[in-house]
Amino acid sequence: MTANVYLDHNATTPLRPAAQAAMIAALSDPGNPSSVHGFGRAQRRIVEDAREHVARLAGVGTGQVVFTSGGTEANNMALANDDPHAVLVSAVEHASVLDSASAAGRIPVDANGIVDLDALGRLLAGATVNVIAVMLANNETGVIQPLADVASLAREHGVRLHVDAVQAAGKLALDLENLGADTLSLSAHKIGGPMGVGALIVRDGLALSPLLKGGGQERRRRAGTENVAGIAGFGAAAEAALADLDSAGGLARLRDRVEAALGAEHDVVVYGARAPRLANTSCLTMPGVAAETQVMALDLEGIAVSAGAACSSGKVEASHVLAAMGAEDTRAGEAIRISFGWNSTDADADAVVAAWRKVHATAQGRRGEAA
Amino acid sequence: MSVAGSTIYLDYQATTPTDARVVEAMLPFLNEQFGNPHSTSHAFGWEAKDAVEAAREELANLIGAEPREVVFTSGATESNNLAIKGVGRFYRERRPHIVTLVTEHKCVLESVRRLEREGNRVTILGVGADGLVDLDELAAAIDDETALVSIMTVNNEIGVIQPMAEIGALCRSRGAFLHTDAAQAAGKVPLDVNAMNIDLLSISGHKMYGPMGIGALYVRRRPRVRLEPLFDGGGQERGIRSGTLPAPLCVGLGTAARLAADELASEAERLGALRGRFLNAIRARVPDMRLNGSAEKRIPGNLNLSFPGTDSEQLMAALGGVAVSSGSACTSAEVEPSYVLRALGVEDDLARASLRIGLGRQTTEDEVDRAVDQIADEIERQRSPDAQSVA
Repeated sequence: MTANVYLDHNATTPLRPAAQAAMIAALSDPGNPSSVHGFGRAQRRIVEDAREHVARLAGVGTGQVVFTSGGTEANNMALANDDPHAVLVSAVEHASVLDSASAAGRIPVDANGIVDLDALGRLLAGATVNVIAVMLANNETGVIQPLADVASLAREHGVRLHVDAVQAAGKLALDLENLGADTLSLSAHKIGGPMGVGALIVRDGLALSPLLKGGGQERRRRAGTENVAGIAGFGAAAEAALADLDSAGGLARLRDRVEAALGAEHDVVVYGARAPRLANTSCLTMPGVAAETQVMALDLEGIAVSAGAACSSGKVEASHVLAAMGAEDTRAGEAIRISFGWNSTDADADAVVAAWRKVHATAQGRRGEAA
Repeated sequence: MSVAGSTIYLDYQATTPTDARVVEAMLPFLNEQFGNPHSTSHAFGWEAKDAVEAAREELANLIGAEPREVVFTSGATESNNLAIKGVGRFYRERRPHIVTLVTEHKCVLESVRRLEREGNRVTILGVGADGLVDLDELAAAIDDETALVSIMTVNNEIGVIQPMAEIGALCRSRGAFLHTDAAQAAGKVPLDVNAMNIDLLSISGHKMYGPMGIGALYVRRRPRVRLEPLFDGGGQERGIRSGTLPAPLCVGLGTAARLAADELASEAERLGALRGRFLNAIRARVPDMRLNGSAEKRIPGNLNLSFPGTDSEQLMAALGGVAVSSGSACTSAEVEPSYVLRALGVEDDLARASLRIGLGRQTTEDEVDRAVDQIADEIERQRSPDAQSVA
C-alpha cells in the first residue's frame, strides 16, 4: 500500500478494535437469531445487546431501531413509501436520498451550504409534500444543517422529516426527538463499525411499509436474516463512538491546523468554512490543480484523501454539493476532501500539510516551466 | 458441532457456521485493509476493490457465470426481492405475468404478492406429494405474457431438488425468464446457469458457510435481463444495487464459494452417508415415522420427518441437547403448521409433529448417533401413557 496516512474517514472508517473483537466473536458462533434453540437464542442476544447501543447513540428506545444493510437501504426505506413527487429533499443530499425524489423541487442551499429556510417554506406552501429530507451533516463539506428550524417548518406543514445522519453519527450528539425527525439513517462503517450494516431509526407510531419483505424479521419492518456479526460490530462501534463523542469534537484541532497552515499561504478556498461544520471534515481547493491530480499525487506521498463522495468518485462529474453552493466549476473541480477519524493524530495533520505543499510546489513548478 | 455446552447443531438449513477458513480470509479486511471499495483515489480503496472483484469471480465460478453477471446484495431475501420485484416492475407493461410455487420461501411469495397488488398477474402452482413441480402443469401455466418463473432449486424445509434443467429449457423455449432461489442449493448441488438456462439466481452467504449480511444475485447478460433496482443511490453494482459494498463480507462469500466448489462432491457423499445413518437409526427406533418430500431428489444434508402422536414444539423444547427446527427459521415463532408440508398434502397433525434435521460440514457420525438417541427417547417419552395424561 502506497498510502499510510488515512484521511478519508467520511468514505469509510477503519474498524474500531472493540468492533473487530465483537465481530470475530460473533462469527465463530453458529445460529440463526430467529431459531428458538439455544444457538439461535445466543445470536438473538447479540443482536439485541447491539440494538441497545445503537439506540443509545441515536437517543431513542430499542424498539425504534431497524437494522438494515447500510445507510443507502435506510435512506431508501425512509422515502420509498412516498410518491417521488411528494418527496422534497435538499440539494446537497447523498445520492441515495437525492435519487429517491423527483428532480422537481430541491431545497436550495446558500453559499455556505446551509438550506434556505425561506425557500423551504415557499416549497412547502406551494406543493403537495409528504416528506422532506435534510441531512444533519454533509458528507463532502461537513456542513451542519439548522435542523431545529427545518423541523419546525415540517411540523407547521404537517409533513414528515427524514434526516440522513450517516456522517453526523458519532460526531454530533443525536436525539431523534430533539431533532424533530421522524426517521434517521445511520451507517456502521462511518463510525468505526463494519460495512454492510446500518439502521433506520423510526419514530414511535410511524408505520413504514417495508422495502424487503418475507420472513418478518425486525418486527416485520425489514425481512432477511440479521447480519449478526455485522450488527455486533455496529453495536460495539456505537458504544465506542458515544464514549468518544467529546474527543471527536477535538478533531477540529487537527482540521484547523491543516486549514490554518494551507489557507495562510495560498489562495485556498475552504467550502463551508463560515457555516457550522463537523469537526473532522475539510473540503478545500488547491488553486490550479484538478482534484483528481491532487488525490493521485497525495496518494503517492502516502496520504489517502478523496475528491468527493466515494460512491461517485469513479465519475468525473463535478460535485452536486459544491454546485448547489454556487461554487464555480473550476474551483469546485480543484476541491478535495480531507476527513479525520477516531484514530487520526497530529502527525497525520502535519503529514497532509507537508504532502499538500509538495504537490502544490510541483504543480507550480510545472506551470512555471510551461510559461 | 457442539458449541453451547454439548448441544449438537442440526439446523444447517437455518444457518451454517462461518467456516474458520472464511473468517481467516475476512480478517485482513476487518483490519488494516479496511478501505471503501468505491474509493478510487487511494490504495486503500483499490485493494478493497481488487478483493471484491476476486470474490465476484469465485462466486461466478461456482455457478458457471461471468463475474460481471454477479451482483452483491445483503442476502438472499434482498436478492429474491430484487429479482422478482425488479423483473416484475420492469416488464409489467408487456409481460405482466409471474409464475411461482406455493412452497417457495416467504420472501419470494411476499414479493410476488406485492407485485400482484401493483398490477401484475400471478399464478402460484402447487406441488406433488414429493414436493416437486409438475412440468406439464408448469408448461400450461406459462403464457405469452409470462415475464418470470420463480422456482427454488432446493426447498429450505424439505430439501427437495427441483428439476432445474428441465424447467430452464421450458422457460427458455417459451420466452419467460427463470429465477431460482438457490440459497439452499449453492455449494450443495452442482449449478450451471448456462446448462440450466437460469436467468436470475439468488445466493445467501450464511447458508453456505459464509458470513451473514451478504448474498448475491446472478443476472444474465445474454439474453439480457433488465431489472428495476430496489435502492436508489450511488449507482454501485452497475446501477442494479446501490450502497457501499461490504468488502470483508464479499471476500467471505467468495471464499465460501471457492471452498464449497472444491468440496462439493466429497461433502455430498459424506453427508449422504450420514443422512442414511440417521434415517436408518431413527426408523429402527420409531418405525411409523414419515419422511416428508422426495427421498431421492433431495440434498444430502436434509431430512424432514413426521413422528405421529408427538408435537414438534414440545419435542424441540425438551431436546436440550439437539438443536433442530420445525421448519423455516424465519417463522420459528409461529404456531401455524408449515405451509410447505401442507402443500405436500401432509395432514395438520402430522405437520405439527415434524422436525427438520439439517446436517452439515461439522456434523459427525457420533453426533448423528447421539442425536437419534435423544430424539427417539423424547418421542417415546411423549408417546408414553404418562406423558399423555400430563398433556
